[in-house]
Amino acid sequence: MNAAAVNVATGHDPVAETAPGDTLLYLEDVTVSFDGFKALNALSLAIAKGEMRTVIGPNGAGKTTMMDVITGKTRPDTGRVQFGDRIDLTRLDEAGVANLGIGRKFQKPTVFENLTVFENLELALKCDRGTFATLLARLDGSARRRIADMLDLIGLGEHRHRPAGALSHGQKQWLEIGMLLLTDPQLLLLDEPVAGMTDIETEQTAALFKELAGSHTLVVVEHDMQFVRELGVRVTVLHEGSVLAEGSLDHVQKDQRVVDVYLGR
Amino acid sequence: MPEADRQSLMTPRGWAAFLAVGFVLIVLIPVANRLVTPGGALHLPEYLVPLIGKYCCYAMLAVAMDLIWGYAGILSLGQGAFFALGGYCMGMYLMRQIGDRGVYKNPVLPDFMVFLNWKELPWYWHGFDMFWFAALMVVVVPGVLAFVLGWLAFRSRVTGVYLSIITQALTFALMLAFFRNNMGFGGNNGLTDFKDLLGFTVQSQPTRVGLLIASAIGLGLAFLLCRWIITSKLGRVCLALRDAESRVRFLGYSPTGAKLFVFVVAAMISGVAGALYVPQVGIINPGEFSPANSIEIAIWVAVGGRGTLAGAILGAFIVNAAKTWLTGAAPEVWLFFLGALFIVVTLFLPHGVVGIVRDWQARRSAARATVLASTRPAEAT
Repeated sequence: MNAAAVNVATGHDPVAETAPGDTLLYLEDVTVSFDGFKALNALSLAIAKGEMRTVIGPNGAGKTTMMDVITGKTRPDTGRVQFGDRIDLTRLDEAGVANLGIGRKFQKPTVFENLTVFENLELALKCDRGTFATLLARLDGSARRRIADMLDLIGLGEHRHRPAGALSHGQKQWLEIGMLLLTDPQLLLLDEPVAGMTDIETEQTAALFKELAGSHTLVVVEHDMQFVRELGVRVTVLHEGSVLAEGSLDHVQKDQRVVDVYLGR
Repeated sequence: MPEADRQSLMTPRGWAAFLAVGFVLIVLIPVANRLVTPGGALHLPEYLVPLIGKYCCYAMLAVAMDLIWGYAGILSLGQGAFFALGGYCMGMYLMRQIGDRGVYKNPVLPDFMVFLNWKELPWYWHGFDMFWFAALMVVVVPGVLAFVLGWLAFRSRVTGVYLSIITQALTFALMLAFFRNNMGFGGNNGLTDFKDLLGFTVQSQPTRVGLLIASAIGLGLAFLLCRWIITSKLGRVCLALRDAESRVRFLGYSPTGAKLFVFVVAAMISGVAGALYVPQVGIINPGEFSPANSIEIAIWVAVGGRGTLAGAILGAFIVNAAKTWLTGAAPEVWLFFLGALFIVVTLFLPHGVVGIVRDWQARRSAARATVLASTRPAEAT
């Protein structure tokens, strides 16, 4: 924090100048329109392997549509969406994208309410997703251990046999994050992961994400500026479907256009 | 603790109930009908044997419906079509068995074809003189139809009421097609006048008892198969689909595959139910494709308790017993009764008969807990 503040004071943006690793996710000139309304307008974005990126922007800026395009839910009208060296994500459906190791957390926590916490995690655990493989699947010892470890990590060990619908909002958020982690993702797309969490839970989530960065690549869409500040990583500001500004939080907050977009609406 | 994480096929109490019902259907009823002398207090009247056998077939249909609707959330209102197709396959076998004992004494052509002046058997009637082929078709024909329809619908993400309408349209279209004489299935008379099945006279009482036993075994096997599917991981994927289909997709499962699997299995079970049904009632005609029949199946399941296989079986027996009684006692009331039943169940009994039993059990154990709580301080003093 201090180092960043000092650098910003000298006009330097440390996050912007970190040497980029291999690009894991690459969006180029992506446009999506719904009935003439351009939800994404020539959006270009590159996320490096192991990077954690926060994406902010006012309502309707295209954050969720961007997630939809990456995860195969929405096909872009034009533009390229590339994962790793040569995988074209626009050719795959949701399940295909998920099986590449791209996990998505929804804005509203989405867990299987009628299944227990344990069963939610069991379904998420990485394995053969084929229909007949699923029919005949058995949980072995190592799978049980992985689920037990995840229950400890997300602090839901004592709730394992409760239906997920009985959990609190914050607990559901954690359960969904736990489910994503059990899919062994390379890239995690997290839409407002701390909405509805208490301050302590938010802090714990920030600590977890920082720990995951490096071994995982994370894209976090968030409204909670305190949380964005706590993550302390590069920020991309979306506005009207394209990138308005990019850099550290302090850097973008000083950007007059960003201030206008947030205050001038 | 690890045992609690895994669902077993059935609880010990569940197995006990399963075996008890099986014992009644497969041993007690045949004994009461065949070995107890008529007129004895324990004698089961002859007419009840095919009736109970028929209920077993309906219950199979209800189990299949519950698998797709109660667990995977697919409200198909065309299950009657798969039932009728299975029935027609069996009917074709039974027609071929008649041989030259028909009215027109034609050794190959069934009577209705001779009557229509047909000179030779249509290609799709070939092979149905062999029981094994007919038995295979009983599952293959409904299975293939369900696969094609399901694949088109689920892949295009047709769900909810749209799927219900498409399946209704399917069974309606099949009904109209089978009503046509030139389809080669006997038109609106359907297939009837059956003589024998695997060498046994269809109308004789021992054959009827045998068919009841076969239907009860079929019901038991269908129940175990569905139970096995829903306690598997795929069953949990189906439940998950009902809760949050998009989450399932984004976890990497293909909802199309899981839905298609249960839809095809349900169609095959329905086909077998239809095949067991036809020799017991002695006729199959296009009326079996009627959309109202398919809707009735959904009502059985709703009455018994959606999402519990035992409830589906219970619902099929209760509603059909009521139908048998009411259509005899006051035929004009039956449809009003059915409509009222559906409204009452939807509004007041969302978990059906099984829900009432569960509520009652929960209330009883809660009452016991308060009694214990109120007596304990008294003991302490």
